[in-house]
Parts: sequence; C-alpha cells; structure tokens
Amino acid sequence: MSDAQGTVGIVVGHGGLSQGLIDAVRRIAGDAADCLTPLSNEDKGPDELRAELDRIVGDQKAVVFVDLRSGSCGMAAQACCRDSLVRVVVCGVNLPMLLDFVFSREVPLEELAPHLAETGRNAIASITGA
Amino acid sequence: MLYRVDERLIHGQVVIAWGHQLRPERYVIVDDHLAGSAWEQDLYRLGAGSADVVFATSDEARDALPEWRAAPVRTILLTRDVGSMCRLGESGALQGESVNLGGIHHGPDRAEALTYLHLTHEDMADLRALEAEGVEVTARDLPEAHGVTLATLLNADVG
Repeated sequence: MSDAQGTVGIVVGHGGLSQGLIDAVRRIAGDAADCLTPLSNEDKGPDELRAELDRIVGDQKAVVFVDLRSGSCGMAAQACCRDSLVRVVVCGVNLPMLLDFVFSREVPLEELAPHLAETGRNAIASITGA
Repeated sequence: MLYRVDERLIHGQVVIAWGHQLRPERYVIVDDHLAGSAWEQDLYRLGAGSADVVFATSDEARDALPEWRAAPVRTILLTRDVGSMCRLGESGALQGESVNLGGIHHGPDRAEALTYLHLTHEDMADLRALEAEGVEVTARDLPEAHGVTLATLLNADVG
C-alpha cells in the first residue's frame, strides 16, 4: 500500500470502520485508494496498536486519520506522530476527507492536514425540510 | 466513584458509554509511569472533555482516596492493569468498594477470561487478594453488559 512518491494515509478506527471507509473510497476513486492502509483497534491493546501503526508508517510521509480523537485510536496516533515532521494526525475521519486526500497527496503536509480537516467539517450539514 | 481496570484508560468506551451514564466530573488515573510523564498526561486530558484529570502514583492515590471519596465530585478512577489496582488497595484501602474489570487485551502470559479480559496467573492471585480484603470484583466492559463475578472468572479455564 505504500507509495514513496507522495504522502500515504493510514486510517485507524474502531472495529471495521477503517476498512469500510477505504472500500468506499475505492468504489468512488478506484486505484487512488491504494495510498490508504486500514488499521483496526480490534483485539489490540494500546501498546500493540501504537507499535503496529509505527510499523506501517515507517519512514514514509503520512497522514494518520482516526475516528475518535479521545479513543484508543486517537491516543495511539497522537503518541506515534508526536514530535514528527513527517507524520500528522487528522481526527474525525469521514469519506469526503479521504476522497480529498487521495487526490491531494502532493500538497505539503503542513498545508494538507488543516485542509483535510476543513474538508471534513464542510461535509457535515444539517438539512431540514423547512 | 467507579473503580475500573482498563488498559486503554481514558478512551471511547469509558468516556462515551460509562461517561454518558455516570457523567464524571473527574477522572483519576493511578499509574506510576504516567504520573511522571507530562506529554502522555496531555494526551489523556484531551480525551476527557471538560472533566478534570488527576494523575497519581499508587502510593499517592492511596493517601488521597479518603479525600476523593468524601468530595461531592463524580469520579472514575482508572488503572491500566490489575497490579496497580491491587497496590492502590493495599492495607484495605478499597474495602467495601467495587472494582470493575473493563478491558485488558491479550499479551504475554495472559489467557482469555472473557473476550475483553485477558489475565495472568498473577492477576488472578491479585484479584483473589483484593476480594479477600472486602472488595467486590466484577467484569463488565459496558454499563449495560452483564456483570461477571470473580468467582465465575476463577472457575473459567484461564491459563
């Protein structure tokens, strides 16, 4: 799944969420989803989850997407990316955010992370019939 | 006050499921390592929302327990392992209280007691000792889940 040419994305989530999100990206964007790797917290303790994430990221430039900032996934991601110039965490992952990411991987990381967070926020709307 | 052993400490299950039911105003994390790690404390504080978060070693927590119990502050006390909860409970400090076993994943020398709970033989001995000191020990991952008594856990084929 890794790609030395651009930033890679790791989606860390509870249960089957991360795999489901990446499957959805693939249905919409096709092979562009290859830059995304799922990681579930299922059956993993905090240390194991963090070590697995660290192994997947390796020395790649990476955005680590997590579902819950305050959950075990968020904790592992923040610990794994602490003090790194080539790893950032984006919390509250959603599909529009991932779709934006797979076509924006050449954007510098320091611009990319806030841009993706903004994309995710902008995709949330309350629509009433009135 | 909820006393819970959960390897993940402040995380979704605690903050959302238990937090929704208990509406804690304070989390106390009893952990000898985290008590001295400022950056890790910051991470856990981010997860606690508006609730206060206190970090303490087992010894500090044992001394502070009477004060925490007496204060009208809804509190969830967390340890990441059985050993820390037992050290907290030394000298009968937890007598009359209930300890909730919430989640310990598989690991070296741990055997599955429940899908969310993996214990070593030392853990089992520690839990027996806790109960012998008048502490009720029950496994329950989520508030609505069926509680499993220590006696049931001990009768399970663990290890």
